[in-house]
Amino acid sequence: MILTPTILAALAMIGLWLVAVISVAPVMLWLERRAPAFMQDRLGPNRLGPLGLFQAIADVLKFIFKEDVNPAGADRLLYLLAPTVGFVASLLTYVVIPFGPEVTIAGHTFPLVVIDSDAGMLLFLALASLGVYGLVLAGYSSDNKWSLMGGIRASAQMVSYELALTIAVVAALVPSGSLNLSRVVDHQIASQLLGFLPAWNVFTQPLGFLVFLVAAFAETNRLPFDLPEAESELVAGYHTEYGGLRLALFYMGEYQSMAILSALGATLFFGGWSIPGVDAAAAGAWIAALPVVGPILGPGLGTALFGFSVLLVKTYIALFIFIWVRWTFPRFRYDQLMRLGWKVLLPLALLNFVAVAALAVAGKI
Amino acid sequence: MTIPIVWYLVLAAVLFCIGTFGALTRRSGIAIFLSIELMLNAANLTLVAYSRIHGDSAGQMFVFFALAVAAAEAAVGLGLFISIFRLRHTIDVNRLNQLRW
Amino acid sequence: MLLIVFSLLAGAAVGSAIVVVLHRNPVVSTMSLVVTLVATAGLFVMLGSPFLAALQILLYTGAILVLFLFVIMLLNVRRERTAVTHASGMLVGAGVCAVVFAGAVVRLFWAAYSETTVAPLQADSVSLIVVARELFSTYLLPFEMIGLLLLVAVVAASWVAQKGEAVESPKPPAHGDPR
Repeated sequence: MILTPTILAALAMIGLWLVAVISVAPVMLWLERRAPAFMQDRLGPNRLGPLGLFQAIADVLKFIFKEDVNPAGADRLLYLLAPTVGFVASLLTYVVIPFGPEVTIAGHTFPLVVIDSDAGMLLFLALASLGVYGLVLAGYSSDNKWSLMGGIRASAQMVSYELALTIAVVAALVPSGSLNLSRVVDHQIASQLLGFLPAWNVFTQPLGFLVFLVAAFAETNRLPFDLPEAESELVAGYHTEYGGLRLALFYMGEYQSMAILSALGATLFFGGWSIPGVDAAAAGAWIAALPVVGPILGPGLGTALFGFSVLLVKTYIALFIFIWVRWTFPRFRYDQLMRLGWKVLLPLALLNFVAVAALAVAGKI
Repeated sequence: MTIPIVWYLVLAAVLFCIGTFGALTRRSGIAIFLSIELMLNAANLTLVAYSRIHGDSAGQMFVFFALAVAAAEAAVGLGLFISIFRLRHTIDVNRLNQLRW
Repeated sequence: MLLIVFSLLAGAAVGSAIVVVLHRNPVVSTMSLVVTLVATAGLFVMLGSPFLAALQILLYTGAILVLFLFVIMLLNVRRERTAVTHASGMLVGAGVCAVVFAGAVVRLFWAAYSETTVAPLQADSVSLIVVARELFSTYLLPFEMIGLLLLVAVVAASWVAQKGEAVESPKPPAHGDPR
């Protein structure tokens, strides 16, 4: 295999994304305990390290050293496969999210996205839909009534809310007229609304953003939609029979899909890697002019760093909102959940889509 | 080297025949249905290969519609399975051999 | 390079297809079909159609096969004692039929297309914009009919699968009941 500069660049970007996405889990493990603690007027874990930051390491060590219990009647192959499928499916989807404009590094020009395809969004949706299998297989193979119930509920919920999510996403793609997420971000940078607001899709289609937000909560099985893993009703739902590292894989898969959906929401609705008023190339030049690290990085890598950091900040703001909502709202009952998905969100998503299409044809967006 | 296009067609033919064997010899209704989906998939592969040979988009549009029809057929077929199972408590096709019960 | 990718995808597709057809556990059959469909999606990409590949994964593996798994779990379909039927006549007949048909079709294809070469792909063989335009101009009627078909399928499936009123077999008479 010839290591052309394009392939090298793609591998470097994959490495960067992997580090960012996998490190979401430890950060979330910590944030998920400190933030709600402050919301509930208590302190949360603050013993291990400054501000309790080493709590994540302690959690990981606990997961590693737990006894590996396998249920007797479990279907071995599927039981072992389920957490892996969930983990891998959520790791496949970041490849179409851009984190910068086209940059020139060492004489080669390439866009800052791993797969720059004109069917990028479709690839994302397709790979994200593979995550259902982790839940379904875990529920089925555990040889446990509660897990089976959790698995059935989880698969039905995810498939139902995928529809509303897809239509909300398609509506967000209409103004830019392309399935390529780089074009979506470029379109949001290019113009301004009312003279001062950036042309972010959250301002032109707030209903679409709301539908996307609710559907994203349901897709990742987070409260208020976490009935499949409802702690008070189904023991632990589809991951009742899992312990130790396999449970850690489930949690990591869940956090990763939250992070990816947050990054997607930031890209589609909040302008992705851009800050309004700041030109990416100028930021890259500013970084290249810094005293120590500047000459090593150069303007191209500086732009990449800038774009990636902005995207990461927006993603973590969205993840904080995930946590905030989790510790605020009670859980939906299952029939309420399905009714919301089919009878409320789907018509709203369609309404939003028709409105956006009409505005786009009229030339307003 | 580029792959000669006839290899795709041969692969599709092999997949189709594996699916045919499954549809003819399996006893569980669900497994027969899975074999039929396999045959549909092989036909889709043939269509896309043909579309590539002639440079015509008609093959790919055909596959687009075939995917939608497969979805509709799967939904109705599985609904029928549920209904049959409620009556006869089995989906072994060797036992579902009476027209009237 | 392309040869390695094609061999991997083709091997995965054929191997998983054999597992679909020969395994006793219906859930394992379904997951093997998932592998086959994903491998076929990869082959679609090699043939220049990432749009169809994404659609296949999204619709087929992401929705249809999940529905299969759902029904298998609801009906609690057990793993069977033997995967294929007992009747040896049927087995031999089906085997011969499959092999003969495969042989005939492969021979036909080989005779017709073994010399055909296609130019290497520069971009997608059919771009997405062309697909979208054709869907709403040349293929408008099939497109609308597909919508109608899906509506009919949804109504039919939900009606067929609902619980009927008096379709259970008559209960045995209660103790002491003269009937």
